[in-house]
This record gives sequence, C-alpha cells and structure tokens, in this order.
Amino acid sequence: MSDYSMKDIEWAKINKDVLASLESPRKEFWIVLAVCMLLVLCGAAAEAYQYNEGLGVALMNRPHFWQLYISNFVFWIGMSHSGTLLSAILLLTQADWRKPIYRFAEAMTLFSILTAAIFPVIHLGRVWNMYWVLPYPNERTIWPNFRSPLLWDAAAITTYATSSVLFLYVGMIPDLAICRDNATGWRKKLYTTLSIGWMGRASEWMAFRKTYVLLACFLVPLAVSVHSIVASDFAMSIMPDWHITSFPPYFVAGALYSGCAAIITLFVLLRYVFKFEEYMTTEIMDKTAKLTFAIAMVWNYLNLGEYASIWYSNDMFEKEVLLQKFFGPYHWVVWGMLLCATVAPFAMAFKKVRHNMWGMFWLSLVLQLGMWLERFQIVSPPLASNHEPWTWSVVWPGTVQLTITVASFGWFTMLFLIFCKVFPSVSMYEVKEMVFHRRKASSRTDMEDLNEVKDNMIRTEEGLS
Amino acid sequence: MTLKRMLENWSDYRKQDYYEDEPYMWGMSIDLNKCIGCGSCVTACYAENNLPVVGKEHYSRGHSMHWMRIERYWNEQDGDTDIDIKHSDYPERGAHYTPMMCQQCNHAPCEPVCPVAATYHTPDGLNAQVYNRCVGSRYCGNNCPYKVRYFNFFDFFKDVAHPLEMQLNPDVSVRTKGVMEKCTFCVQRIRSAKDAAEDEGHRDHIEDGSFKTACQQTCPTEAIVFGNLRDKDSKVKTLWASHEVELDRFEQNKSEDVRGYRVLEELNVEPCVMYLDRVRDTEA
Repeated sequence: MSDYSMKDIEWAKINKDVLASLESPRKEFWIVLAVCMLLVLCGAAAEAYQYNEGLGVALMNRPHFWQLYISNFVFWIGMSHSGTLLSAILLLTQADWRKPIYRFAEAMTLFSILTAAIFPVIHLGRVWNMYWVLPYPNERTIWPNFRSPLLWDAAAITTYATSSVLFLYVGMIPDLAICRDNATGWRKKLYTTLSIGWMGRASEWMAFRKTYVLLACFLVPLAVSVHSIVASDFAMSIMPDWHITSFPPYFVAGALYSGCAAIITLFVLLRYVFKFEEYMTTEIMDKTAKLTFAIAMVWNYLNLGEYASIWYSNDMFEKEVLLQKFFGPYHWVVWGMLLCATVAPFAMAFKKVRHNMWGMFWLSLVLQLGMWLERFQIVSPPLASNHEPWTWSVVWPGTVQLTITVASFGWFTMLFLIFCKVFPSVSMYEVKEMVFHRRKASSRTDMEDLNEVKDNMIRTEEGLS
Repeated sequence: MTLKRMLENWSDYRKQDYYEDEPYMWGMSIDLNKCIGCGSCVTACYAENNLPVVGKEHYSRGHSMHWMRIERYWNEQDGDTDIDIKHSDYPERGAHYTPMMCQQCNHAPCEPVCPVAATYHTPDGLNAQVYNRCVGSRYCGNNCPYKVRYFNFFDFFKDVAHPLEMQLNPDVSVRTKGVMEKCTFCVQRIRSAKDAAEDEGHRDHIEDGSFKTACQQTCPTEAIVFGNLRDKDSKVKTLWASHEVELDRFEQNKSEDVRGYRVLEELNVEPCVMYLDRVRDTEA
C-alpha cells in the first residue's frame, strides 16, 4: 500500500501540471496571441474592402475564377483530418501512445474546419446570399441544386463540424470535472455547466466509454467522405486535370499527410509553451513521425499514379496541362511541392531526425508548405491552360488574397491558443490510464492492489444505486 | 416544388430527352469562310445586352465582359507553302477568326455544378442564367470548356455618368457585382417574337427569319445564321443537314468534304452552334 500512495501523488501531479497550463503559460503565449489577433484584423479589413468593391480586387479573372481561397479551403479541410485520424482511428485500434496528444489534435480538427468554412463563404460573389446554398424552407419552394458538389460541401462541412465538436466535447467531460473541482470564479461556473454533473461513477464511465467509441466509429467514415466530397469539387468537373477518378483517395491521403505534419508542429509548440515535456515524450514523437512517413508514402504513390494515368491515357488536354504544370509558368510551384512533400519526408526515415524535437518542427513546416503548394497547383495550373487556348493566361494571387490567407493562419492559431488556455489541452484521465497500463506491464504486484481498488469502487457504486 | 408533386411526376423526371416534344430548339451556324473578323457582332452584343465597357486596365486583368468575342488563331508553319508569320512584316496576317460565345450546350457542364440552380435548361434548348438567383460561386465558369461565362468582378455600371445610362436597353437587366452572365442568344428577342406569334394565333411556330439575334443582324457578311433546329424548313436546320452535323453525337459521321463541325463536341457537351470550317488558299 505504501507504493500505492506514491502513485496517487503522481496522478495528482498529472492534474497539477495540466491545470497549470490553464494558468501560467510562458510569456511567448501572449505575444503569439497578440500577433494572431492583429493578423485577423488585417484579414477582416481585406475582406471588408473586397466585400464593398467586388471580387475583382482579389485579382482573380476569367479563366481563373478560383484561386487561393479554394486552395486554402482544401488545405484547411485537409488539416482537420488528422485530428480525427489520431483520435478516432487510433482509439479504435487501441494505440496507447495517442493519449497525451489526441486532445489538441481534436481541437486542431475543429478549428481547421472553422477556418476552412470561412473560405467558401468569402469567395462567393454575393456573400449576403450564401444561405441560398442550404435547403431551407422558403415560401417560393425553391430547392438548391442537389447535383452540385458545392452543395455537398456545405452539407459535409456542417456535419463534420458538428460531429467534431461533439467528439471533442464528449472526450473532455471527465477532464472538465477535474477542472471544475479545482477552479474558482467564472471558470468554476463554466466547468460546472460543461461537465454536466460528472461524478466519476463506474456507470458513468461505462456510458462514457460506449458513447465515445460510437462517436469514433461514426467519425472515421465521415472524415473520409468529407474530403472525398471536397475532391468531388474538382473530380466532378470536366476540366482537364481536375476530372480525375483517383482524386478522392488522393485528397484523403493528402489531408491526413498535411494534418499529421500540423500535429507535429503543434506538438513541439505546446510542449515548449505549456511545459509538457514529461507527457509529450520523444517516443510519442517517434511514433507520430513514423505514421506521417507512412502516410506520406501513400500520398506519393497516389500522386505518381495520377501522373502515370494521365500520361498513358494520352488525352490531349490532360497531357498538355500536365506538361504545363512541370514546364509552364507555374513550374516552380510543382517542383517546390515535389521537393517539400516528396523528397523531404524521407528525412523521417532516420531515427536521429525523428528524435530531434526542433528538427521535426522545421521539417513539419516544410511538409506543410509542400502540401499547401500542392493545393495551389491543383487549382491554378489547370485553369491557366484549359480547353480554350484563346483564354490561356497566368495570374498570381494579389495582395487581398494573400492577406486573407495569412490572416487565416492567424485566425486558426488564435482560436487554438484560446482553447488551450480555457480547456485542458492534454487529456488527464487518458494519461493516467496510460500510466496505469504501463505500470501494469512493469510490475504485477502493484496491479493486484489496483484491481482490488477497482473492484471496491464498483461494489461501492452498486451499493449506492 | 413540393415533395408530393415531385413523387407524382417521378416518371416524367426520369424520362430521357425531357424536352423532346418541344417545338423549339434554338441553334446557330457560323460560317468561318465568311467571317472577316470585323468585330461588329461584338459591338452589337455590347449595345443590345447592356454589357459594360470595362476599360483598358480591367481588360488587361481579364475582367472583360464581352459575351461574344473574336478569337484569333494562327497556323503553325507547315512546310514552305504556309505563311511564315513569325518572320513576316505583317505578323497578324492570315489569322483564323472564330466568333466565340455561349454554345448553349444541351449537356451543359455549367448546369449541374451550380449550387443554387441559377443556371438551368429552358424547354426551348437555351442555357438560361438567372441573375437574381446567382450567388457567384463561379463553378459554372470553371466548368465551361469554352470559357464564355463572364463574372461581374465589380459593379461596372455604378459610376456611369448621367446621360449615358439612357443608352441601356430597357429589355435587358443591368447586372450588379458578384453575378455570372453570358450570351443568351438574345433571349429578350426570342421571347417577344414568341409573344407576337402567340398574338397572331400560332403557339408552336415562329416564322423563320422573323427575328434575328443582335450579332446576326449586324454581321456584314451574313456569316451568322440563327433559328429553330426543330423547324425542318428553317435556314439553320437546312445548313446543319447539308453539312451533316447532327445533335446527340460526340463524333460526326460525315463525309470528307463537308465543312461543318462543332467546337469541342468530343467532350459530349452537345453544343447548339455549328461552325463551318475555313477553306484557304495558302499560296495566295
């Protein structure tokens, strides 16, 4: 039993460390938050200007009806995918190492969707009429066009956002109860409401487990379908190099890839800013890097497969666009993508790189740059060299588009930082479980004690009810 | 449309060639042999359809709004007989002119992608654009293989100086920013001709040539012929038949010598405009 009380202290330390993140982050936290808010203000100003003047100020034109807004949309939706992957898929496959990092990955999912959802809205010519895309009841009984992939987008994004909020929230309830027990003031009120009376009874845990796994089962196919639908925006068109059957899996793989890279970035940042060195260990980074590497290879395979199928299809238009991609005006985007997203991930094959925290940080930024360029080269080069040679033209995004793009990163980071300050960004109860299972593996005798305690708890619970 | 009505008429919606029994299908024929590239059709279109003149700066940025345009193409030099345009004093010599506007596709790629169904197919074969419904997602413009859809990137008519707004055509709406637009085959003229015919008592027949589109009316060489493809005796139908171009095909079974073709018909978009190939004597 003496051993047992010591463990209690350790578990209390977990609570203390995580709860400290809500109180005293490093000074850099506030600096970054201020910069992000400034960026968001700049973006809002750019959008106000565009709203009043018309979309022409974004320097899009005919044939470049779509540009950065759409590639950013795909980028952010993609980013949201690995939160689901890490959380839901790894939960279902019972991968133990996900536990300290899944909470912030889920938050990342949610905030990426909130960022992504901005883009299809601001890129509309008449933003004030955007609700026409939804099948709302109206006196003229006008339906939207159910054949349009943009309508599927609207449905998919709202579904995905709702389910992600639910998944994030449900997984957080036991931790919110811990926060409630330690908080004062407005936080006490907030956590009391959100933890919906969680007492930690065995029956509560059982109901919680079931709900959580069910939600995970729902979320995995949903995530795959969401990015397939985003891919349909392109694949359902008849544009050369958009009309590609393999786009849905290609987009899903790309989404997981860039999302994993983003997880690595935030992993290192959170570890530093909130002093989580004991929880986010090198071993977990190693596993995340291996996962990223595997997904990078899948993405590369699909990318090369796409090139090969275009080449051997011998379709005049598709082939022309492919050649224009590599040797045309947008060539550096494509070569940059291949360098950053195809060549760079091979660095993760080396253990030395995987175990170097700040090395991984910079590498993950390179991977994300590559994936961002990938989204740009999906949208722009096919528009530049389309079916109609008379309209061929090259356009680079203007100041307004670039400002809003940068602001979107600020918006995302701002939401994320506020989340980390208000909610526990590391799952306390799951980390405890992980510690418990590790101990279980290392020493048998302690285990018996713990099992006894567990049995007692269940007995007390039965007695209570 | 209520769900009940939709279910009652389900078999109708599933019917292929939904508009098959309609008396009208508007089509066009453009003879490139006759086209001299003067651009009067373009000017006529500006005047008729209230198109904004955007100015040099906007034009160079690709914000132009010409529903009809004259595309110019030059042959790659092929042997000694062809015109060497690169080393010529007159590099613009020998261009092919292609008047290009909305081809009113029967399998229009722009229609299924619009999220709010602002573009749809009318029973008389037109690819209609409902300005009031458009939210400006611009997907239709991307999916158009001819790139003949034009987006109002700005409110071009906002700052028109006072007397100039008087020149606008009262039959055609003036579009605001954020709305997609394109050639309508002068739908206002079609509608008034239909109304006039109904007043005279014939519902299903407009006499061929009783009205013209603006571009057809202005073309000095009469290269443009417009009419009803369902009317067996119309001029445009006769031209289509004599050049062996048929609807419902993505590849024509025609003899070697005929000049008729439809642009990009291999994409199976079913354009309603037939072009007649230019025959040229390169040794002249």
